[in-house]
Amino acid sequence: MTFSLFIIYKIVLVVVVFLISLVIAMYSTYAERKVAAFMQDRLGPNRAGPFGILQPVADGVKMFMKEEIIPQVSNKFLFILGPSIAMFTSCITGAVIPWGTSLHLFGHDFSLQVTDINIGILYIMAVTSIGVYGIMIGGWASNNKYSLLGALRASSQMISYEVAMGLAIIALVMHTGTLSLKAIAAQQVGWHWNVFYQPVGFLIFLVCAFAETNRTPFDLPESDSELIGGYHTEYSSMKLGFYLFAEYINMFISSAIMSTLYFGGYNMPLIGRLHLSPNTAAILGVVFLFAKIFFFIFFFMWVRWTVPRFRFDQLMNLGWKILIPLSIFWVAITGFVTLMIHR
Amino acid sequence: MTLYLFLILGFFAVLSALMVVFSKNPIHSILYLVLTFFAIAGEYVLLNAQFLAIVNIIVYAGAIMVLFLFVVMLLNLNHETEPHKSMLRKLIAVIAAGLLMVVLVGSLKGADTMAIQPFSHNAGLIENLGKVLFDQFLLPFEVSAVLFLAAMVGAVMLGKKDIK
Repeated sequence: MTFSLFIIYKIVLVVVVFLISLVIAMYSTYAERKVAAFMQDRLGPNRAGPFGILQPVADGVKMFMKEEIIPQVSNKFLFILGPSIAMFTSCITGAVIPWGTSLHLFGHDFSLQVTDINIGILYIMAVTSIGVYGIMIGGWASNNKYSLLGALRASSQMISYEVAMGLAIIALVMHTGTLSLKAIAAQQVGWHWNVFYQPVGFLIFLVCAFAETNRTPFDLPESDSELIGGYHTEYSSMKLGFYLFAEYINMFISSAIMSTLYFGGYNMPLIGRLHLSPNTAAILGVVFLFAKIFFFIFFFMWVRWTVPRFRFDQLMNLGWKILIPLSIFWVAITGFVTLMIHR
Repeated sequence: MTLYLFLILGFFAVLSALMVVFSKNPIHSILYLVLTFFAIAGEYVLLNAQFLAIVNIIVYAGAIMVLFLFVVMLLNLNHETEPHKSMLRKLIAVIAAGLLMVVLVGSLKGADTMAIQPFSHNAGLIENLGKVLFDQFLLPFEVSAVLFLAAMVGAVMLGKKDIK
């Protein structure tokens, strides 16, 4: 592959991943309202376009058209930096996720992963841990007590749940023996999905993913009944839109990560028996991955409209006194079993 | 190319480290410190130490600095409440920091620089790092682990409100 072809292919892949993230985040807002409506026996948005499918576009236009207010007493640079960081960190995680195997076109192999770094999981951990800056900086720069409280809640919650999440990932890495997401996805052919080997680890990861994306039942940073809007109380127009949008992109990306780490990624059992051509199999793999992702996005929404919000002390108890001991225990069990097998 | 990138990153690291000291607002200081860590992580990547770079970001930029930010935000520091230090204290602080710098420079000067091959390919990859840590440097590694555990227990003890 020549250098210029390589650059073009990478740019195209990055743009496609970026656009897909944005479109899925856009339609997640629509799906969320439809799911909520379904669960509450309502119709949901149905005015803009057939079945209301143009609703996200209308919402986006509304966001752009709204008056932009920057509070006089706030720190203007940091006030704008907050939502920018939130949006930036949620968009860059897609770079290490293997969206499929590889397409063979015009005599070249095009891998459907932007970059395969050998520490893919740690990269994701790093990006999630920087993600909290968006909320903290925004909440502090607003110069509002409710925003500050929301920001502090967000940061303490994310730091607490990162520990359990990291331990769950350590157990997974002990099982897979690699940190590269590509290798982890490739290992799970057929029925060898990691969730069957790491059920407890998956459960811990799932709970932590809810906490890291600030979704109900852990949406205390923006709990409207106590903190008005939490960290984004002072935000208006598209800067508010960025915060809300970043949450939906995070939801999409964490669904993709859960599918890749625990549910086989682009693999599907029995598909190897069909003897498809490599390209068809690769495209089908992408379809399977997205089916799993959509299921997890639906799961996020399902939980949101079913489970009520925790209290903050309950959240901290769950994180430090239940999930972390459980995950340490699970790491020990995984280590013991791995030692027994590989002895 | 790599050398220029390295120099640019180094320049940013030093610049933002200076801004940590010179900026008036403590929150800005912390944000500049985060920038410094990112620049240093970039240097690690250029030296093929990817694992070190990522861990540097996770631990320092992602956890410790968030806690710093957390504390400073809760303290709500501003010009009125800032304690005014006497000249003597400032002088003592400068001398202490200067002595620390002398020690650092001295130890770097005495170090064996021949062992370092800055642009070797897989020196910092996680497999090699693991092999070195659990084979060649097992004892220091475990000792530092015990040290961390002791520090953690100490922190929990200090954080307890009522010690019986």
